[in-house]
Amino acid sequence: MNFHAIATIYKTEMARTWRTLFQSVVSPVISTSLYFVVFGSAIGSRIDEVGGVSYGAFIVPGLIMLTLMTQGISNASFAIYFPKFIGTIYELLSAPISYVEIVISYVGAAATKSAMLGLIILATASLFVDLEIAHPFMMLLFLVLTSVTFSLFGFIIGIWADNFEKLQLVPLLIVTPLTFLGGTFYAIDMLPPLWQKITLFNPVVYLVSGFRWSFYGVADVSVGLSLVMITVFLAACMALVAWIFRTGYRLKS
Amino acid sequence: MSSPIISIQGLTKTFASGFTALKGIDLEIPRGEIFALLGPNGAGKTTLISILCGLVNPSDGRATADGHDIISDYRAAREKIGLVPQELTTDQFEKVRATVAFSRGLFGKPKDPERVDRVLRELSLWDKRDAMLMTLSGGMKRRVMIAKALAHEPSILFLDEPTAGVDVELRRSMWQVVRALRESGVTIILTTHYLEEAEQMADRIGVINAGELVVVEETHELMRRLGEKRLTLQLDRPLERLPAALADHDLTVSDDGWALIHTYNSRDRAAGISALFRDLDAAGVGLRDVDTQKSSLEEIFVDLVNTGGRA
Ligand SMILES: Nc1ncnc2c1ncn2[C@@H]1O[C@H](COP(=O)(O)OP(=O)(O)OP(=O)(O)O)[C@@H](O)[C@H]1O
Ligand SMILES: [Mg+2]
Repeated sequence: MNFHAIATIYKTEMARTWRTLFQSVVSPVISTSLYFVVFGSAIGSRIDEVGGVSYGAFIVPGLIMLTLMTQGISNASFAIYFPKFIGTIYELLSAPISYVEIVISYVGAAATKSAMLGLIILATASLFVDLEIAHPFMMLLFLVLTSVTFSLFGFIIGIWADNFEKLQLVPLLIVTPLTFLGGTFYAIDMLPPLWQKITLFNPVVYLVSGFRWSFYGVADVSVGLSLVMITVFLAACMALVAWIFRTGYRLKS
Repeated sequence: MSSPIISIQGLTKTFASGFTALKGIDLEIPRGEIFALLGPNGAGKTTLISILCGLVNPSDGRATADGHDIISDYRAAREKIGLVPQELTTDQFEKVRATVAFSRGLFGKPKDPERVDRVLRELSLWDKRDAMLMTLSGGMKRRVMIAKALAHEPSILFLDEPTAGVDVELRRSMWQVVRALRESGVTIILTTHYLEEAEQMADRIGVINAGELVVVEETHELMRRLGEKRLTLQLDRPLERLPAALADHDLTVSDDGWALIHTYNSRDRAAGISALFRDLDAAGVGLRDVDTQKSSLEEIFVDLVNTGGRA
């Protein structure tokens, strides 16, 4: 293992976060907090409790998930797309560093960032709504697994993308809609029966459900299924990354 | 004798487009040499370097760097290698010292600020150590790229057109840097379009054309060959054969007898041109016109390709 290289990339990537503090930390925290204020306080006061939880508290886990996913994807995809775009990727490819090490350092940094953001948003949310965390360990497990999985997914997008549009495409057109339709703002049993079935094809449903369970002990689908789903997605991303590096896809001619 | 630091056998590259950029390159470079790869645009210089550095996958053949296979033992091989690519590619938002330290870490070396600072000083970047890369001139950026390539103390340095777009003064200083590196034991492989540059710098020159290494020769030997000139003497009346008085000179009579042709090397001090003219005069050979032709690099290419590089 080239630990110096892993540490070097990781630290450089984290330093980029601090250097762009406003864009990478402050702005997602503020925009997510707006949801608590608008949906939680203003609208939530007119909505009944959902599954015994106040509406303001109900939406917090889903919103944190949204942050973990979108931030993981955008951080990791940008981190690997940028050197490809400006050409500095040559250095990475010529360094005595294995593909596994490249993934660990870039995905590790992106996942750290999104997990950190998730925790900051959790802390911010607790200022606005009464939160309880029934299963703290499971909460952290979901948080970390989701951050890692979606950072890995973002890494793949960053390698696949050959222009800036493509970089934005997947998060904007797929991830955000799936999250909004994934039970962040409602419980599945509030939907008409047909939609209750259809929505089960949305993988985000399982993440939000499991994560919310770790807070309030209530879930739309079983927690075991949630864990299986995220593990499957993680494994799929890992397999894809392995294939990318084995073939040099979009990295080496 | 110690083994070559770079050894390349049958290296071939066919791109996905089907284009074959390298056609079975064989080359050995001894330790401590400055080797220049000379060739026209698209010859395959960058492709060759890119394969050795791990940026491009070879289609066939193998290569070792300091005894380590570049594929199966890539870690050990790449640790020895520093690369300064042809294009200026820098992270504009980074600072000079940070980006050089980054390169060192990436190549698996522990932090060593003194080493980094020394490299910056050697490349006259000390004043700019805290400057953002986007505030530097092109020549400075190129030096930063050299500093990055040297940060991990490689024993092999690839410089892909180090002096493209660089002014005369910077070119001189670049050459000095290269010589100083060689003094410290680094083997240097550089590419260039300029014969002059290859001549000034290199111990040996490899000429590459259309993916083939057409010649690899000691610089002075190649230059001697390039110094060959042909002097054509147009006569005022035709000769049937060479007069005996001129037999000492390397002369041939043209087919129609209207010209004498003399090949000589302009690099030889004793080329004997004045003696030739004196003897022509003495032999009563009258001249209508004279004309000299220098063998160009292109001619040498053609010549080498035709004779299979064994001219
Ligand atoms: N990724 C690629 N796909 C297809 N063809 C390529 C690729 N990269 C390079 N080539 C082709 O391979 C040939 C050799 O290119 P290379 O960059 O090695 O030339 P070079 O000798 O470095 O030229 P220059 O002096 O202009 O830098 C060129 O014809 C080029 O178009
Ligand atoms: Mg080139």
